[in-house]
Amino acid sequence: MTRHLSNRTGAALTIAPLLLFLAVAYAWPFLGVVKWSFTLPEPGFGQYRTLVADPLVQSVFLRTMRICIAVTLASVIGAYAIAVVWVRGTPTQRMLAEFCILVPFWISVLTRAFGWVALLSNRGLINTWLQSAGIISEPLALVRNELGVIIGMTHFLIPFAVFPLASAMRSLDDRVLLAARGLGASRTRTFWTVFVPMTASGIIGSALIVFVFALGFFVTPAILGGGRSVMVAELVYLRIFQSPDWGLGAAISVVLVLFVGLLMALLFRYVRPKQLV
Amino acid sequence: MHQPGRAAEIKAIGIGRNFGTFRALHDLTLDIGRGEFLALLGPSGSGKTTFLMILAGFLPPSAGRLFSDGVDITDRPAELRSAGMVFQGYALFPHMSVEANIAFPLKVRKMAGADIKRRVTDMVERVGLKGHEHKLPSQLSGGQQQRVALARALVFEPGVLLLDEPFSALDKSLRGQMQDEVKRLHEETGTTFVFVTHDQSEALALASRIAIFNHGELLQVGTPQDVYDRPESRFVAEFLGEINMLPLTNVRPDNGSTTGVYEDQTISLRGRHDVSGDAFLAVRPEHMTIRTESAPGENGIAATTTAATYLGSMTKLDLSTRQGTRLSVSVPNEMAARVSGSGNQVWLTWPAERGILLAR
Repeated sequence: MTRHLSNRTGAALTIAPLLLFLAVAYAWPFLGVVKWSFTLPEPGFGQYRTLVADPLVQSVFLRTMRICIAVTLASVIGAYAIAVVWVRGTPTQRMLAEFCILVPFWISVLTRAFGWVALLSNRGLINTWLQSAGIISEPLALVRNELGVIIGMTHFLIPFAVFPLASAMRSLDDRVLLAARGLGASRTRTFWTVFVPMTASGIIGSALIVFVFALGFFVTPAILGGGRSVMVAELVYLRIFQSPDWGLGAAISVVLVLFVGLLMALLFRYVRPKQLV
Repeated sequence: MHQPGRAAEIKAIGIGRNFGTFRALHDLTLDIGRGEFLALLGPSGSGKTTFLMILAGFLPPSAGRLFSDGVDITDRPAELRSAGMVFQGYALFPHMSVEANIAFPLKVRKMAGADIKRRVTDMVERVGLKGHEHKLPSQLSGGQQQRVALARALVFEPGVLLLDEPFSALDKSLRGQMQDEVKRLHEETGTTFVFVTHDQSEALALASRIAIFNHGELLQVGTPQDVYDRPESRFVAEFLGEINMLPLTNVRPDNGSTTGVYEDQTISLRGRHDVSGDAFLAVRPEHMTIRTESAPGENGIAATTTAATYLGSMTKLDLSTRQGTRLSVSVPNEMAARVSGSGNQVWLTWPAERGILLAR
């Protein structure tokens, strides 16, 4: 009991500097943003009323949701396949999967976004190849639109989606899968009726992590969207840095943070945090 | 293909399995009869579980062939073998209710909904889980989970039921209860049962035949009485229960029986044996009797008591012979009271037919 208590005190002391840092560098300034949203240009709920009524803000929120949902679906499905190979593959396959998961972490988000531009643009590698192979006559619109944003963001977020999935797959008892086979289920059937349902917590965790990350994306959509597929974070940036509309930018930030907070609450409620890593 | 409800007859010929350089199972040949209750008994790492996994189709053998009802099934995948399996730890589907767990093998066989319902209801009743149909495995006790595992493995009327250490996770009182239950299910279904255990008393109590494994080899197969009373090797003799080993010299056939010498006593054994020279004489403790002095014409040796352990119904006496062989004997408590003082000289005797001769 004493030991347990001292462990808890120890843990609290260990994370205290981090919490303090977050409070000073993040929570305190954010309170300032909250204040702006109610005071600029004049005190009241005016900016929140604009936020609800303005068709531009609404279309950005809708696009953000659309892109985030697409990115979440694509990332979780892709990550699921990678996680299966990472957890259940042969040693060589595992090593390869591990390499594919870790390497992206060493490359900056900017480099990766410009890399995608080089691949996807009208005179980029993919369009050039397809045209010279005679498969298409006009270049495909792969970038400077939502598709480009979705591709770039999925590429960035897949590795993050792998971890909760792999963790759920690792904790799965092999004998349960053998049992399904022994009872007459084929590999495919075992996968869909036993393996997938038993890793559901990993799927939920992975989807929420990707979704929350995706909501706040800035660099990737700015580069791959080419100013035409503006997402919420970019809209905040535009309101604050390129138009003197700090109040609306602040109000959008507050709504975004509340929404993310709600999702995080869901995440911790339905998926135990230790299952995430 | 297997006919549901018919017990399978299994033949293993020369089965071997290596894991890298480790030889888990070597040249195993064994017939498992229709409807028999076979125990695979041995210490851990003896190859018994490897053989069970090969029977189930979860592990391909490195050598040998496996036949079920005369058909070669060596390369047949697990899902086409019609073998029910009860895993150690049960391996229930945690996301499915009791009912859905039991219905699983029927659903994958695309049985009609009404038939599934009827069979599952029947099975639930037979294993005594009525009222628990809609619970998840995590809401059940160990014994109840065991029943779900049994029901799930038997509901599709497999030709053989395989059980991997089925009682090891249960506490002692529940274990006895589940053993009775499994025995009853065996009688009711008439299916061939094969179970793995390291507990010799469990094997003796449940099985109609026991196969004893050690170091990847099948050492002996026989009825419980056979293997207990007539072990063919020192390992089998000692693994099945306590046994006293006396090193004999000058073993030779003598007029239709066999004799050997221990200290200055000539010991005789029933029947002729193909062992001669030096050998072990093995006698179970319960077949030895203690006397205070020798009687003429009887097998017997002199020994000194060293310790007594009160076991309730009996007392176990530890003894030592003049040349230092340690022995133990179970005797009635009142007999023990007379001789158990340390250092008492006693005379141990046993019927000639209870002596087992084993190669040294």
